[in-house]
Amino acid sequence: MELKEKLLSSFWGLDSSVEVAEHINDLRGDAIKVFEQYGFPSKKQEAWKYTSLNKIVNRDYVLEPKGDIAVDFNQVKKYFLHDLDSYAIVFIDGVYSAHLSQTTHDGMDICLLSAALTKPRFRAIIENYFNKAANSESMVSLNTAFASEGAFVYIPKHKSVEKPIQIIHFSTGNDSALLLQPRNLIIADENAHVQIIERHQSLSSHPVFTNVVTEIFGEKRSQIDYYKVQNDFEDASLIDHTFINQETESNCSVHTFSFGGKLIRNNLNFSQNGEHVESTLKGITIIGEKQHVDHSTLVNHNSPNCESHQDYKGIFGDQSTGVFNGRIIVDKLAQKTNAFQANNNILISDKATINTKPQLEIFADDVKCSHGCTVGQLDEDALFYMRTRGIPKKEAQALLTYAFANNVLETVKIPELKQRINKLIANKLGVNIGFNL
Amino acid sequence: MLKIKDLHASIDEKDILRGINLEIKAGEVHAIMGPNGSGKSTLASVIAGREDYEVTKGAIELSGEPLEELSAEERAHLGIFLSFQYPVEIPGVSVTNFIKTAINESRKGKGLEDMPANEMLKKIKEKSELLEIDRKFLSRSLNDGFSGGEKKRNEIFQMAMLEPKLAILDETDSGLDIDAMRIVADGVNTLKNADNAIVVITHYQRLLDYIVPDFVHVLYNGRIVKSGGKELALELEAKGYDWIKSDVTV
Repeated sequence: MELKEKLLSSFWGLDSSVEVAEHINDLRGDAIKVFEQYGFPSKKQEAWKYTSLNKIVNRDYVLEPKGDIAVDFNQVKKYFLHDLDSYAIVFIDGVYSAHLSQTTHDGMDICLLSAALTKPRFRAIIENYFNKAANSESMVSLNTAFASEGAFVYIPKHKSVEKPIQIIHFSTGNDSALLLQPRNLIIADENAHVQIIERHQSLSSHPVFTNVVTEIFGEKRSQIDYYKVQNDFEDASLIDHTFINQETESNCSVHTFSFGGKLIRNNLNFSQNGEHVESTLKGITIIGEKQHVDHSTLVNHNSPNCESHQDYKGIFGDQSTGVFNGRIIVDKLAQKTNAFQANNNILISDKATINTKPQLEIFADDVKCSHGCTVGQLDEDALFYMRTRGIPKKEAQALLTYAFANNVLETVKIPELKQRINKLIANKLGVNIGFNL
Repeated sequence: MLKIKDLHASIDEKDILRGINLEIKAGEVHAIMGPNGSGKSTLASVIAGREDYEVTKGAIELSGEPLEELSAEERAHLGIFLSFQYPVEIPGVSVTNFIKTAINESRKGKGLEDMPANEMLKKIKEKSELLEIDRKFLSRSLNDGFSGGEKKRNEIFQMAMLEPKLAILDETDSGLDIDAMRIVADGVNTLKNADNAIVVITHYQRLLDYIVPDFVHVLYNGRIVKSGGKELALELEAKGYDWIKSDVTV
């Protein structure tokens, strides 16, 4: 049976004994119809022109993992920022792992989406926010249809969360090939501050296909810093849809670090719905072999006096391919918009490819928008210079690469995370040097 | 220490060096002079191991070890240092981190452990004072936005840190005012000892007032056409290069 058919029949066989609000069931019903109609996206669609899902969707997946898989903390410790005091919401094959997690309901809610969807006291929040930022593209709809578990974070007014929250989705590969569809909902209410690190990690080399949707709401004057660490095994594919709705004077940043996995597609959509909103989108991609990373960003400037900053750096080796598709839409109401976008790439192999495409659609007349993309190679003169000082070629390349990507890390506000990313970059570049530049 | 025999080198099939013979012993200072385009910088690059140049004939050896098959970094580990005429700007890498990496990678190349942090700090302090380099300067990105003088001082600072056997200073005087030149020259003279050797490549005589050579060679058209003592530099300064050119053609 094809994956699409399997998903459709699985949907109608979903366990309906779990009590959720009627409107959620309606949403799911509508969503599955969208997926039924459009199915998996193909390269014929402009938005998927450079990213083919063929190899990923043409295989069989287990849709309902067994669950209750015991994973020892020591086995997975390295995927946590374990030197950092934090909250943690951890899933194993899509099932919540209480013993790896540290959740709270003390003055804020850092817990499970399943709890929020079923408990009456969250009903108003769910009605206000759930599926309100997500769009109805086919893959998003597929997730919505099955959305039942993931992280739920609600930070009430004027609350600053004193430590970061780690959201980690592990897959064990105990079932041969696994399809996971986590759904995260993050709300920072007025003047609330929160930092979140999200990671999807397989614990074996079994194929895993994750189609995740995260909705993030930043209310007035809220501050959200969101970090995505993507460094999975070679047979793990990830399609990430992240939707961010921002209200007046809110500030939200999303940093995406893509170092591993077979195929990664990051759809990152910002919607600025109030004045004086600031949005930051940054990323470092370092891949090799036949890996593929696609960043598709969209910033909707819907209100006046807002800013957006995009800075994506890509380093592509071997036969890897990268895509950057950065779309900025400035509504005619959004006067005094300041939108900046940069995408700089280095190809370190003749067989690596990058497709980069800025798309600016500006309907207001008093705006500042700039964009630029570059594709280049490491500077040969700089490499020779470094080598004459005794730094071997590989280390010289690594140092130059790091220097090239470095400014993306400047805005990372969690020092332990920054250190970890430095280590991941060194590992990825196959060198053992510190980058304390 | 350094022996160059009948060295021929070309780039893009264009011959630049056409039979260089040169021997440099420990404790000596050699100056290589010559008009523009005579092959001075090429000679420096070929000794340092730049891969763009093809050595078509001849041999270079350092302390008996042939260099042809060695990479630039391996030559650096043997003790060759090239101070660039145009030091490369590397935004995002600080002077301190660069020199730390260079020292520790060089030590690794010789099978040594990393230099202990306190020793490194002490050495950086000592050598930066020698070259009158400000502390703030050390945390700036390497050569990024440096003035000509700062770049050259930074080159000699790196030389002081790496303590090479053979230092080649390629047009170190270009872009220097008289004060900067004095600092650079004092630095070089302090580093000079009986076990190392220095090659000064220069267009003009003035640097040689400060770094006094034991031998002066004139490079023209890819060959050393004249060698002599330090007085040869003065003669060149007074008469220009034309008499050399006409001597050669005759």
